Amino acid sequence: MARMKFLCDAERCIECNACVTACKNEHEVPWGVNRRRVVTIDDGLPGEKSISVACMHCTDAPCQAVCPVDCFYTTDDGVVLHDKDICIGCGYCFYACPFGAPQYPQEGAFGARGKMDKCTFCAGGPEEDNSQEELDKYGRNRLAEGKLPLCAEMCSTKALIAGDGDIVADLFRSRVVRRGGRPDSWGWNTAYKD
Amino acid sequence: MLLAILVLPLSGYVVNAFAQAEQQAEQTTNPRSDTWRQVRQANEGYTAVKGRETNELIQGSGQNWRQLRNGPMATYGSWLLAFVLVAILGFYIARGRVELTHPRSGKTIERWTLNERRLHWTTASLFIILGITGLSLLYGRHVLIPLMGYPGFSAYASIAKWLHNILGPVFMVALFTILIKWFKHNFFTKTDIEWFKAFGGMVGDKHPSAGRMNGGEKVWYWTLATAGVALCFSGLVLDFPNFNQEREIIQIAHIIHLLTGLVLISFSFGHIYIGTIGTEGALEGMTTGQVDVAWAEQHHDLWLQDVQQQSNEHNKKEE
Repeated sequence: MARMKFLCDAERCIECNACVTACKNEHEVPWGVNRRRVVTIDDGLPGEKSISVACMHCTDAPCQAVCPVDCFYTTDDGVVLHDKDICIGCGYCFYACPFGAPQYPQEGAFGARGKMDKCTFCAGGPEEDNSQEELDKYGRNRLAEGKLPLCAEMCSTKALIAGDGDIVADLFRSRVVRRGGRPDSWGWNTAYKD
Repeated sequence: MLLAILVLPLSGYVVNAFAQAEQQAEQTTNPRSDTWRQVRQANEGYTAVKGRETNELIQGSGQNWRQLRNGPMATYGSWLLAFVLVAILGFYIARGRVELTHPRSGKTIERWTLNERRLHWTTASLFIILGITGLSLLYGRHVLIPLMGYPGFSAYASIAKWLHNILGPVFMVALFTILIKWFKHNFFTKTDIEWFKAFGGMVGDKHPSAGRMNGGEKVWYWTLATAGVALCFSGLVLDFPNFNQEREIIQIAHIIHLLTGLVLISFSFGHIYIGTIGTEGALEGMTTGQVDVAWAEQHHDLWLQDVQQQSNEHNKKEE
């Protein structure tokens, strides 16, 4: 079995936000909820880096550990999913998550939270694969169709890669070896090589 | 002289070496590690995505909160509650009910006015509902899911969460009214020290003096005035996420809420025991408002004297 992983290559990400848009469109994510976002560190300064982040599908997931109704489960592919029928919208997973992945549609006054929504690694939910119900609640189930997450498929610089952890690691390792410690998409050396 | 001639021209090397060392010191950090270090220190970046703290790539405090809540808080909290219950049971078996030492006189006096009783029972029933729903969110996953199943517990928990969020602020109003109303009765005096030395008459057959509120009631009052107030304010932080308070503040508020909640629930076990089966004649004071004079003489002698003195003066005036 594959162990699914996301990896964002900070040397390649150009903060185009295509992953954010692709995700939102593919899954018909409701207004106010973003399953993925791009964060830029040192914006406008030398050494600026952008990183795309969503649920990282942790092995020892904090959201899973603190959920009072135990609505999370990990699939055989190592993808952390949740059951919206069980979720009560308490917000604990949002407090615990390091990546700010869990999001809530606002439901009622005083910021009352609706059922939590987060990145599913394009793997849907507990409902039958590719059923209408699953589509309505969790968006497309691309994994069941034999495809990988759209954010990574869409990435113009292939900064964001998703898939089996071993393959992702090999890919990244080969990039690092090729770079030889130098950034390969950054600065004068890249654009004006002799 | 000769030495100076030999050494001085070399000083340039020293200066140069220093300059080089300085330059190297500036470059000792790898720019890429700097980026990740910034990320780990939860420095704010820029993001085009709108939302709460979306510009923070990684927040580290969530893991601390998780470990505190799931670890010491849940573990020692359950021990505390169990210990208090077992201690009360043990005390009841060993000591039994604190009976009236003198037979009932048949004469009663008013201990709690109708308003005070209404206030007490409103706060008490809210406290019990909030306590049960709150504990359900902390321990329900381990205790109730095996009993009710996932869908059953989820349905109950969403109602529990809703009730807890709605009734919390109501409880706050009721509690604060009580704290203001009974404030003047709850200053500690010398009588209370004697009262504590005699364990409030719960151990042995001595009957220490007490005014309208005895030492134990005053401790309960001040626990509510400190832990209870902290509980209310931390609850407000949790209840209204619409003010976009940061997760770190919510996590701290949550730990305070857990801690004070567990302390107050375990304290309330003692309060409920003493007020019901633990003391003969105590509950009727809070249900009917009237207590027997024999009970007042035994438990609140100084208060009884005050009341009798006041009514005597009142009678004299009328004469």
